[in-house]
Order: sequence, then structure tokens, then C-alpha cells
Amino acid sequence: MRFVLKTNYAQDVNLFLHNGQRFWYGLLALAVLLAPLGLDRFYLGEFAYLYIWAIAGVGLMLLVGYTGLVSLGHAAFLAIGAYAHAWLLTQGVPFVLSVPLATAFCAVIGYLVGLPALRMTGIYLAIATLAFERIAAWVIEHWESVTGGHFGMRVPDPMVFGMSLDGPVPFYYLCLGILSLSLFAALNLLRSPTGRAFIAVRDSEVSAESMGINLARTKCTAFAISAAFTGLAGTLFSHRIGYLAPDAFTVQTSIQLLLMVVVGGLGSLQGVVYGAIFLGLLPQAIAIGRDVLPQWIGEIPGLEPGIFGAILVLFLIFEPLGIHGRWIKVRLWFDQFPLYRRATYKRQRSYLRTERVR
Amino acid sequence: MSLFEAHDLSVSFGGIKAVRDVSFTIEPGEVFSIIGPNGAGKTTIFNLVSRFYETDSGSMAFDGVDITGVPPHRIAEMGIARTFQNTELFEHETVLTNLLIAHHVHRRTSLVTDLLFLPGARRQELDFRRRVEDVIDLLDLQSYREQPIGGLPYGARKMVEIARALCLEPKLLLLDEPSSGLNPEETEDLSFWIEDIVEDLGITVAMVEHDMNLVATVSDRVMAMADGAELATGNPTEIQNHPDVLRAYLGD
Repeated sequence: MRFVLKTNYAQDVNLFLHNGQRFWYGLLALAVLLAPLGLDRFYLGEFAYLYIWAIAGVGLMLLVGYTGLVSLGHAAFLAIGAYAHAWLLTQGVPFVLSVPLATAFCAVIGYLVGLPALRMTGIYLAIATLAFERIAAWVIEHWESVTGGHFGMRVPDPMVFGMSLDGPVPFYYLCLGILSLSLFAALNLLRSPTGRAFIAVRDSEVSAESMGINLARTKCTAFAISAAFTGLAGTLFSHRIGYLAPDAFTVQTSIQLLLMVVVGGLGSLQGVVYGAIFLGLLPQAIAIGRDVLPQWIGEIPGLEPGIFGAILVLFLIFEPLGIHGRWIKVRLWFDQFPLYRRATYKRQRSYLRTERVR
Repeated sequence: MSLFEAHDLSVSFGGIKAVRDVSFTIEPGEVFSIIGPNGAGKTTIFNLVSRFYETDSGSMAFDGVDITGVPPHRIAEMGIARTFQNTELFEHETVLTNLLIAHHVHRRTSLVTDLLFLPGARRQELDFRRRVEDVIDLLDLQSYREQPIGGLPYGARKMVEIARALCLEPKLLLLDEPSSGLNPEETEDLSFWIEDIVEDLGITVAMVEHDMNLVATVSDRVMAMADGAELATGNPTEIQNHPDVLRAYLGD
């Protein structure tokens, strides 16, 4: 077991706690940077897709896992980011400007969605964001002069300084770079007052308020930031699919995003990446399973959404902390071997909480 | 000038008058206690001061500024910190994070500096971290520093909550039944800490408390309440022997 000797406060502020972490994350960085050398076109594309999911997941995790606000409307932010970016590109705005503009646009929309959501939590907020998603979808279907309606619109190639990033290798690096920046920004947020205010709102609104945290502003900020990350993912997503049509962004997309953060592990950024890997691999696994298993199983209608749903339910029952939570337990088991207490993570009887004022 | 003044505060919920025309002042540097039987309206007064409840009539002023209409999050910025009767901590986080959250009122960075963690944000974090350690030292919380709140014993939670309130660096600290759920030994420690808080940190303390021993040890002035109204205010001995107070507690 590792004991970290702390000799200055900077150790509590830095991103890495000890050299072991630096080594393993460095190794991971090296592996993903060198991946294009060993992977073929198909798998590079799949990895880029996984990174895009993870960027969107960072946004949703900040909202659901850290601020405690549920959203079933994040497919809309993905769509708004994608359409705004594609539209800006067709208007001749260069790629390097179009991405931040589309992201900022999503942040503004997110802030506005946050406003009516101020008085809602839990299931009511989920329904309200779902309604927002339907409204956004309706607008996209009917605003034909901008979005092309049901016919959709072609997304111009991503060009940076006269160089196309559309090939598998440049696009892989583009997605990897933006994911790294997103994770870095999210980590920064979480080690500074803004992110801690999110956490405070999640755990106790009454207490947060008595700590001087402005609930309304914090929730709207959380929505805006969350929408911005998801919109940023949308801009990359538009290049991934190449042709935007309304049926690319449905309620199912929202649910998959939510599934990703829950399965990955609420309240951890590592969980986002685990969730994205899971979400990226599951369709492959199902496809392989279809070939291997008897034909009548593969032909069951609704097999894929069914499996998605079943997995979500199983995680909620057996591992509410997701893949990341399981990993923490496994690591602790090895750390403390043979002294690990099974009850360490048993949910403990919580003490009576102050009667809710209001 | 008094640090805090309340004039004729009243609030009712439905047909119940929880607080009726209560006036009191809190002088700088004192320990002011509010006692009374259950349902007397003691905690309600704290919730009025924290602005969690709207006052029906009456006014409050803190440091000469009227706070009757100030939004709740501004109260902390003005220098009033509080604890809760049954603790209201950020359950999933460590003691350290809980205390750092309290430094929100002192933040100087914006969203953008936070996102990029510019040098200003780093300096601010280091500063907050150092100031948190001062409070940890004061209340002897070193052994709990990295522990999540969820696993702490009740007595430790109470102390963490006081520590969190101290991290706001307030002028006035409201303690809502700080000794409830503590054993006699912890209660005795608490009385020393309250004295430290007043004398070393120069923070004025107002508390709602049932333990008369603790009240008599630390309080300068005591206000007794019953059924939402003030019975008497004075020093602890006067109050303990006041006929109205005895009647409220023991009946005729």
C-alpha cells in the first residue's frame, strides 16, 4: 500500500498525487498517441468515435455526476453543436473559428435551458429536459433553410490552414486532442471554486446556500458548461457522420449518454472514459454475439436496446458507482490484502438530516 | 453599536405563530445563547437570520446594514456563518473538500480562470488550502482530513461542521444545538473550543442549546423563549432563576 508523504500544499492542488500516477497516465498517453501506428482504418475510426462520446460524456458528467441535475435532453446539445458547426462551415467560417463559436452557442442555449430548470430536480427535471430535446428536434426538422429539414445537410470537410483533417489519422488526433483538453478543463474546474460549488449543490442545497453559493447561478453555469462540452462533441460528431439528418439525434442518443455516465461511474471523470469504452464496445460485442449465437436469438427484435436497458438496470442494482466504483474497490482489495473489509463500501445508516427548510 | 439587531421579528406557518415579536441584540465579542423548550422557535430564529424563511414582520440589521430582504447566499458573504441541528455536510466528499467549499465566499477567480487554472487560480487554491489547515489545527481535525464525511462518527461531523463555518471567516457564528448527540466529554471540549473561537479568532457566537451546563459555562447573555415569544434576557444565573423561565420548563 502506498502512503503519500505530503510536504507542501501544492501536492493537494496538483493534478497528479504521486509519481506512480504520472507513470501510468504517461504510459496511457504514449499508447493512445502511438495507436495509429498499429491500428487499421476501421479501428482508428472507432477510437475517434469513442473519444467523441467521451467529450460529450464529460459535459453530462459535470451536470449529472457533479451537480446532481439529471438531463435527458443532451442529444439536443449534441445536435445543436453539430448543426451550428456545419452551418457555420457552409457559410465560409473557418474550422478553427467555427468549433468555438458552435460551442459557445451551445453554452448560451444551455444557460437558457437551465433557467426554467432552477426549480426542478429529479424526475421533473428529466421530463423538462426531455421536452427541450423534443422541441429542439422539431426546430431542426422544420427550419429547412438552415438545417435542410428531413433531407439533412452535408458537412463540409474539416480544413485547418488549407489541410484536410478528414483522413482517419488526422481525425483521430483531432478527437484525441480535444478530448484531452476537455478532460484537462474539467479537472481544473473540479479543483477550483466553480466545480466545488457544483458538488456543494449536489450534496446539500441548504448548506450550499449557507456557504454563500448562489444556487440559481451555479445551476445555470453547470447547464451552460455541460451543454458546451456536449456541443463541442457535436461539432466533431458532425464530421464523423459526414451528413446530418434529424434521425441521428434522438431520445435514444440522450439515453445512451446517460447510460454512459451511470455505467462509467457517477462522480468521476475516469468513469466517463470507462463508460465511453463500454458504449463503444457494446455494439461490436452484440454484433459478434449475433454471429456466434443461434440465429433465432440474433433475430429477436429490439435486442440491442433491450441489452442496453438490462445492463443499466443491473448496474443500478449491483454497482451504483459504476465501473469506476468497482475498480476503486478492486484496487482497495489489493492494497489492503488480506485485511479488506467487505463492509467498507456498504451504504451506512446515514444520520438524520436537518429537516428541509422550505 | 450592536453587531446584530432584531426588531419585533414575527413569522407564522399556516395558523401557527412560530415567532412572535421577538427583539434581541448581539454585542460584538460575546456568546449569546437562546434557550427554551422544544417548539419555542429557537431554530426558526436562526432560519430567519439565515434568510431561509421570510419574515412576516419586523426587521434585522447586521453590522448596521438591514438584512431583512437580502438573498440567503449573500448572508454568508456579509459574515454570518451557521451550523445545522442535525449536521448538513457534503456527504460524498472528504473533510478537506467540505472545508474548501466554505472558501467560496473568498473567491476572486472567474469561470475562465478556473477552467484554464491560470496562475491566479493556483495561488488562490494554495491560499485556501493553507487557511483550511489553520482551522484543522485549531479544532484538531488532522486525523479526519482525507476521510469522506459518510464514514465519520457523529461527534466528528459536528466538529467538521463548525470547522466549515469557521472557514467562512465570519463575524457572527450561529451554532444550532452544537452539543446534541455529543457525549459529556465531547461537550466539555466543545465549551473550550467555543471560548477559543471567541477569544482567539474574535468571532461573536450565537447559539441555540439545550445543555444548561454548556450554556452557563460559555454564555455572556441568555435569551429564554417559549411558544415563539421572548420570556427573559439576561446573564445565565438570572435566567436560570427567573420565575417565568422556570414556569415554562417545569409548569406551574
